Amino acid sequence: MNNLLEVKGVTKTYQSFELQNISFTLPRGFIMGYVGRNGAGKTTTLNLITRICNPNKGSISINGITYEKDPIAYKEQIGFIGDESYFPSDFTVKTIRIVMKDQYQSFDETKFNQFIKEWNLPEKKKIDTFSRGMKVKLMFACALSRETSLLILDEATNGLDPMMREEILDLLQNYIEDGKRSILFSTHMLSDLEQIADYIIFIEDGKIILDDSKDDLLESYIEVKGKKEDLTRAIEKKAIGLTKNAYGFEALLSSEDAELVNKNFVVERPTIDKIMLHILKNKEVTYYESF
Amino acid sequence: MNILISNQSELPIYAQIKEQIKEQILNGQIEEGKVLPSIRKLAKEIGVSVITTTRAYNDLEEEGYITSIQGKGSVVLSKNNEFLKEQYLIRIEGGMTTAVETAKRINMSEEELGRLLQRIWNE
Repeated sequence: MNNLLEVKGVTKTYQSFELQNISFTLPRGFIMGYVGRNGAGKTTTLNLITRICNPNKGSISINGITYEKDPIAYKEQIGFIGDESYFPSDFTVKTIRIVMKDQYQSFDETKFNQFIKEWNLPEKKKIDTFSRGMKVKLMFACALSRETSLLILDEATNGLDPMMREEILDLLQNYIEDGKRSILFSTHMLSDLEQIADYIIFIEDGKIILDDSKDDLLESYIEVKGKKEDLTRAIEKKAIGLTKNAYGFEALLSSEDAELVNKNFVVERPTIDKIMLHILKNKEVTYYESF
Repeated sequence: MNILISNQSELPIYAQIKEQIKEQILNGQIEEGKVLPSIRKLAKEIGVSVITTTRAYNDLEEEGYITSIQGKGSVVLSKNNEFLKEQYLIRIEGGMTTAVETAKRINMSEEELGRLLQRIWNE
C-alpha cells in the first residue's frame, strides 16, 4: 500500500459552511501542501483528519487504519503542529513531559529532552511567557519525540522569522527522508514551503479545485505581462485571472497557449501563490459574469 | 558534486539539477562509477521536493548518464559507453564549428587554423 493517507468522500456540514465531498490521497514519503484562502476549509479538513471533529460522511484512513476501527492506533500515528499553541497556558515543559509520557505509548523522553536542550526551552517557565517561535518549537518537540507517520501542520509557519522557517524546512525534510512518513501542511501563503512540497491541493469554498504534483502545476502555466495595446482578443479569451491597470496587463496562460505570446511580452514562471491568485480571480470574474 | 539552484532561472528546478550533474559528468568532475547521493538525500540537502530530484535522476538515467543499481543507488556510467562518446563528439564538433566560423570571419586559412590547433594540442 503506497498511500499513507486516504481521504474518501468526506463531507462536514456547518450552519454557514460546508466541506463538500473531499477526496485525496497522500503517498508515503512525500509532502503535500493544502492551500486556500482564509475560510476555504483548510482547518476543517485537518480537524477531520486529526478527529478533533467527526465527518458527516466519508472515510479517512492512515496506513489503512480508520479511527472507527482503532481510535488509539489511529491517533498515535499523527503528530500535530497548529498555528497556536494547544498547551494550557500555565503548563511548563516539565508538566508537558509528564502528560506526554502518560498519554502516548511511543513517547521517547530522551529524544524530547534533546530537542528541549537544543532549542534552549526553559524547563520551569509557563508556556504563556514563551515567544511564538518557542511555542512552535515545543509543539515540534512533542510531535517528533513520538513514533508518528503523518505530521500535520496547520498554518504552523505563520509569523515565524526566516531563520526559524529554515530550521523547520530542515526538520520536515528529515522527517520524510527515510520514505516511510508523510507531511500534510495547510497554508494561505505557500511561499514558505513551496520549495519542498511534492503535491499541492487548492481548496476553495469547501471544494477541491486543483490536485496535482507541484512540478506539473508549475509547468502547466506561464505568467505573461504586456502593454495594453498588445492585449489581443485571443489572449483575453484564454487568459486566466486577467488584471489590467493603467500601464499594462498581467495574466496567467496555460502553457499550451504559449504560442499566443509575442516578443513584446514579459513571460515568467509563476509561483504557486501567483497561480492560486489568478485562478481565484478568474473564478470571481466568471461568477459575476454569470449574473 | 556541486548543485546551485537559482529561483531566477528560466529552467525549472529539476532541469537545473539535471543540467548541472550532466555538466559535471561530462567535464569529469563526477567520475564514472561514482555513486550519486540518493534521491531523498539530495532533496533534503538542497531543499527541494523529492518529486523534483526523482525527475532529474529519471531523466539522467533515460539519457544514459547514470544507471540505478539495486542496493547501490544511482551510478555514473562509464565514459566509454557509446552514448557518452556521442555526447563528447557533439561538444567537440560544437567547439570546432565556432573556431572555423570565427577563422573564416577574419579570412584565416584552413592551414593556419590547423597549425593553431596543433599548437594548442601540444601545449
